[in-house]
Amino acid sequence: MLEIKNLHVKLEEEDKEILKGVDLSVEAGKVHAIMGPNGSGKSTLSYVLSGRDGYEVTEGSATLGGKDLLELEPEERAAAGLFLAFQYPVEIPGVGNMTFMRTAVNAQRKARGEEELSAAEFLKLVRAKAKTLQIDADMLKRPVNVGFSGGEKKRNEILQMAMLEPKMCILDETDSGLDVDAMKLVSDGVNALRDQGRGFLVITHYQRLLDHIKPDVVHIMADGRIVKSGGPELALEVEHNGYADILAEVN
Amino acid sequence: MALPEVKQSATEARLASLSLPTAGCTRDAREAALARLREMGLPNRRDEYWKYTRPDTLVQPEAPKAALFTADEPMMFDGIDRLKIVFIDGVFSPEASDDLSLEGVQIERLEDICCKDIHWAKELYGVLEAGGQQPVARPLAALNTAFASDGVAIHVTGKPSKPISLIYNHDSESSDAFLHHVIRVENEAEVTILENGPAASRFNKCMEIDIADGGILHHVRAQGRDHERRAATHMFARLGAESVYKSFTLTVNGVLTRNEQVVELTGDDAVAHVAGACVGDGDFHHDDTVFITHDAVNCESRQVFKKVLRNGATGVFQGKILVKEGAQKTDGYQISQSLLLDEDSQFLAKPELEIYADDVACSHGSTSGAIDETALFYLCSRGVPKKDATNMLTLAFLAEAVDEIENKALAEDIVSRLEGWLKRRS
Repeated sequence: MLEIKNLHVKLEEEDKEILKGVDLSVEAGKVHAIMGPNGSGKSTLSYVLSGRDGYEVTEGSATLGGKDLLELEPEERAAAGLFLAFQYPVEIPGVGNMTFMRTAVNAQRKARGEEELSAAEFLKLVRAKAKTLQIDADMLKRPVNVGFSGGEKKRNEILQMAMLEPKMCILDETDSGLDVDAMKLVSDGVNALRDQGRGFLVITHYQRLLDHIKPDVVHIMADGRIVKSGGPELALEVEHNGYADILAEVN
Repeated sequence: MALPEVKQSATEARLASLSLPTAGCTRDAREAALARLREMGLPNRRDEYWKYTRPDTLVQPEAPKAALFTADEPMMFDGIDRLKIVFIDGVFSPEASDDLSLEGVQIERLEDICCKDIHWAKELYGVLEAGGQQPVARPLAALNTAFASDGVAIHVTGKPSKPISLIYNHDSESSDAFLHHVIRVENEAEVTILENGPAASRFNKCMEIDIADGGILHHVRAQGRDHERRAATHMFARLGAESVYKSFTLTVNGVLTRNEQVVELTGDDAVAHVAGACVGDGDFHHDDTVFITHDAVNCESRQVFKKVLRNGATGVFQGKILVKEGAQKTDGYQISQSLLLDEDSQFLAKPELEIYADDVACSHGSTSGAIDETALFYLCSRGVPKKDATNMLTLAFLAEAVDEIENKALAEDIVSRLEGWLKRRS
């Protein structure tokens, strides 16, 4: 589903290469996890895939279901089925959470040539999905992420993901800033979305998130490359021994 | 001090084509206003108070021509049940207006206040304007008091069931209109005043509002349509104890608009909120000039002004809070912000505080900025097209000002007008 080949990326404003040839293939129905030390390029990968400004792809390709992602605007990537759960969800004063989500859902439906949801249909859907994530009516009414706690922000990301029903979900350090209970809640939300047609790329520092969201494949990223891939046991190895052993081994 | 010759001759040139009404009970007030005007002279670009807005076209003898706007867009407030008072190029139109009788309010045409001997109006006409000439001269308001050709006197004694809607239609490409309204809100009375319409090629409007102890006045105004129109407006409000004055203005289009608000809180525990949202594109100059005087204890004032500017549009804000000696426990707030959608547009702000009491809370802030790229990316990453996302963020920017409107139906009308404007231009 998601195919990344030899992806090289540098910062637009300085001549600094961040990704130095990433190869990654995420199949539908699978959960891939990327772990790696700070500064290894994990978040950059998520931003480049979702189309954030400030990065320049110098080599390589990234496709989603055969579509060239790098040619598309961020909103077109979203309509093509890509979703990024932000590490730091953005606060947008003045834009109601519900209005935002309805606009997004309908914009994507429109872009795909599907019929837009009516206000009533949308409301019914969002209420049902919000309930399982323990998001109350007040959070839906408030401006996007404004005054939300860290846990609420992450739950709101998962709610958006549930509403948009993307094909490919990238979770960028979704566990950061979450306590144990919130992590369970968020993970349950993610697990509920796992199905045969959907791929996940879970970026995390810690193995504990992967106790809840069980990955099929674990990749270790270091210095802009994926240096080792394996099964869930690889995450346990990192948890016990840190990255040093693995990095020494590949070097 | 004698006026500089340039100023004197410009003032006399403007006055040459104007004549005072020969009789009437406002004659004395008009003569006094004319004398005031001759003393201060009409503004020119050297005046500090007109540093950011060139008054030339507002004071020149002939009104610059302004083409009429012909779009089938419905007028503002069309869906709101209201009492309509219509002026066409500054002249009251009985045919286009509703019957002026409504429970809780008495409305008279300005020219009738003399024959009907309406004391409060005679005693108010020109008085707040004259008081508002200190410490800063407002010559265009004095010009208005002297030469206003029409207007209404609105006496609010109860709580009328619907808003009073002043509608200013524009029908002549060279109209030069002066309107002057006087409003008195009695104790425990409450009213909503609406104003909208392009008014005239050049419009000079003055409103004097006297709110007695415990009275409440809401004012919502929309200035728009005919793009070439020019307007200079003044609102003078005097607030008694525990009274409330809340004013909101939306401005879209118009090559030149200067809105002055002069508010005096004279009774304890009074509340004044003055807000404005404007969106300007291209040849657009919009000036909000506000002067709020706290002269009583425990009063609250808020100024919230937001401007969205693009393609070389200019926004100006001059706002002052003056806290007089003894006006303790004053709570003053002032914010003016602009969203500059390109590098050609500009926002010029002069926030001022002058405080002579020692137990007050006053804050002010002014910012200029572009669309927040992070927020824009967040919205786009969810599938919202960039244009729509930009419009959402623009409306969000204006929301703090629009939120000052208490009546939800009116606020929605304002928002839908803004949405329409943004959509047409994106």
